[in-house]
Amino acid sequence: MRFLINIFCAASVLFGTLNAVHAARNSVVVGMQLEPPNLDPTGGAAAAIDEVVYSNIFEGLTRFQADGSVSSGLAKSWSISGDGLVYTFELNDGVKFHDGSIFDASDVKFSLDRARAENSTNAQKGLFKGIEAVSVINPLVVEIKLSNPNGSFLRNLAWGDAIILDQETAGKAATAPVGTGPFKFSQWVKGDRVDLVRNEDYWGNSVALEKASFKFISDPTAAFAALMAGDVDAFPVYPAPETLAQFDADPNFNVIVGSTEGETILSTNNQAENLKDVRVRKAIAHAINRQEIVDGAMFGFGTPIGTHFAPHHPDYVDLTGQSNYDPDRSMALLAEAGHAGGLTLSLKLPPPSYARRGGEIIASQLRAVGIETKMENLEWSQWLEQVFKGKDYDLTIVSHTEPMDIGIYGNPKYYFQYDSQEFRDLMTQLNLETDANKRSSILKNAQKLISKDYVNGYLFQLAKTGVANAKLVGLWKNSPTQANDLTGVSWKE
Amino acid sequence: MKIPLAFIIGCILSFLFFVMTIVSLFWIPHEVEKLNILERLKGPSYQYFLGTDHFGRDIFSMLMVGGQTSITVALIAVSVGMIFGIPLGLLAAASRQSIWDDLIMRSNDLIFAFPSLVIAILITAVFGPSAINAIIAIGIFNVPVFARVTRGAALSIWTLDFILSARIAGKGSLRISVEHILPNILSLLIVQGSIQFSLGILAEAGLSYVGLGVQPPTPSWGRMLADSQTMISFAPNLALFPGITIILAVLGLNLLGDGARDLLDPRLQDKIR
Repeated sequence: MRFLINIFCAASVLFGTLNAVHAARNSVVVGMQLEPPNLDPTGGAAAAIDEVVYSNIFEGLTRFQADGSVSSGLAKSWSISGDGLVYTFELNDGVKFHDGSIFDASDVKFSLDRARAENSTNAQKGLFKGIEAVSVINPLVVEIKLSNPNGSFLRNLAWGDAIILDQETAGKAATAPVGTGPFKFSQWVKGDRVDLVRNEDYWGNSVALEKASFKFISDPTAAFAALMAGDVDAFPVYPAPETLAQFDADPNFNVIVGSTEGETILSTNNQAENLKDVRVRKAIAHAINRQEIVDGAMFGFGTPIGTHFAPHHPDYVDLTGQSNYDPDRSMALLAEAGHAGGLTLSLKLPPPSYARRGGEIIASQLRAVGIETKMENLEWSQWLEQVFKGKDYDLTIVSHTEPMDIGIYGNPKYYFQYDSQEFRDLMTQLNLETDANKRSSILKNAQKLISKDYVNGYLFQLAKTGVANAKLVGLWKNSPTQANDLTGVSWKE
Repeated sequence: MKIPLAFIIGCILSFLFFVMTIVSLFWIPHEVEKLNILERLKGPSYQYFLGTDHFGRDIFSMLMVGGQTSITVALIAVSVGMIFGIPLGLLAAASRQSIWDDLIMRSNDLIFAFPSLVIAILITAVFGPSAINAIIAIGIFNVPVFARVTRGAALSIWTLDFILSARIAGKGSLRISVEHILPNILSLLIVQGSIQFSLGILAEAGLSYVGLGVQPPTPSWGRMLADSQTMISFAPNLALFPGITIILAVLGLNLLGDGARDLLDPRLQDKIR
């Protein structure tokens, strides 16, 4: 009997597959380099979490659009009181969670209170810091009171860390996420992929795709092969820039080059013995030839930056001139700092190719001015342990992909240990300021300050280099936040 | 006496390999620690004999310097294997069928049962990747190889009459091992050493390929292969030449070792003559 059932199952599976081949394509396989550690964006900092769930499974009150603007999400509309302290959100009606329970104002209150609670594990608690109280006016209206006016509050709510969960299922979000989005979580085959299926009861516009899978391929060579073989339809953040020219020449593929929020920097341990001296940090900055790094490590994809700010942002100040490539000056500075005889620094590199290749180039450039580096290639877990948490490093290369994250310089315990009261004062001013012009000038001053203090070596803005099947349309070009929003993705015939 | 062709080929290849490496100590066509991004991914030309890699380094120069890495790692690893393995093998043979013999040989079996790459990953995971740890990892795996070969060869010598007369003359086990056994099995050990040396080169390339061996910027053949694999579709010379170099070096040393065994092994000598 069991045998018969097995045959029946096998036959139905086979039949199902054949059917799928004949029908129009309505599923997509998206490649990602890193597998998320869990699927709860409110409980982890990993970019890979948001890249799977953001606006696919989970939604917040507001959301980022592909161009980086903030638009309405679960909140239909909102009004802001004259003093900028009270936000009243009107919620969309008829929104249901994937398990059938109704979404209402109490879920918003629960989610925001959970995120800003004392014992919250939210990775971006700073986003919710200014919230004084969240109160339910009626099931479709929520009022949020802030302690100070906050010009970026609507933006903060659009982050993946501010998505709305249901009280009953919030605890399981790490492995079985239940959201309100256009896709439902189907299964997670650990080490391989996460499968999503279309949410037929979605409150908003229905999406074209019936199924979506995120497949995790860490090795660049394997990623190349998977695209070539058609095992994945798109690789939005493709890890092997050297092969992009080849995909570009192939009519079956589209190469999508956009901008990301990733400032790639030579992070410097500002409290390390030799690097406390600003002259040494300045010497390092002048020893770096950015264009060579962009060409050599990224095959030309990337924009040189001179501070920790995205060049496509309207408030960006081009400060690359402050740390121009000038090896003679660099050597003079080193001599002045008492390192004429040479200096040895550790350079710990995480796995991405921008870091590994960039590291070799920087090591060579530093060697030219008399700084020897002890290079060490680390896995992400080792990097987090030794560099990010342990602060046991001199130099490292990493891309900071969060949007508008200059605020991290205000935290002296952050891994580059930059301790500046002046900068912290700027950030306090910024958070209190709601006037757009004044905010802009504060942001510019902040950029200039960290550039002047040579906190880190500022290398380049990471380009979003993706590859996709030429028939697949609707993928995000830029990466205003860490996301693979599939709501607008479809196959053209 | 006829010298086999394979041995001659092995000699030539090994000779070229060593000469190339020794020359690289004094002279290389282009500097390998200085990157030249403008010249990256050039094909073979008069200026760059085998082309340049993605950082604009001359591949031929890198192969020459990579040879130093290979030889250093393999040579020290084999020496480690010999220094620990041969005395252990002699001790086991001298105290055959005692508890020492069993203890040594069974712990050898234990190491043997571990795949060498797993040992290497274990060591580098704990102490971090570096040339020294690669040497230790490859060296550890060489110890049981030499211990076994030594014990096997020594046992057959122990049964011979002249050992018995040495015994009657009052020599102890230690003296007999050092004065009579070791000289008689030395040729065998040298042959084994040359084979282990070629395996050591292969192991170093393998470890560097997975990122556990020599760290950049020191050139290594294995890492050259790993770095170039995503570029194989448009710059095949990047992967091809390190690959060929590894094959030729390992093949040459193996043929050399095999040929030398045929020439030196007293049991095989009659057949050759």
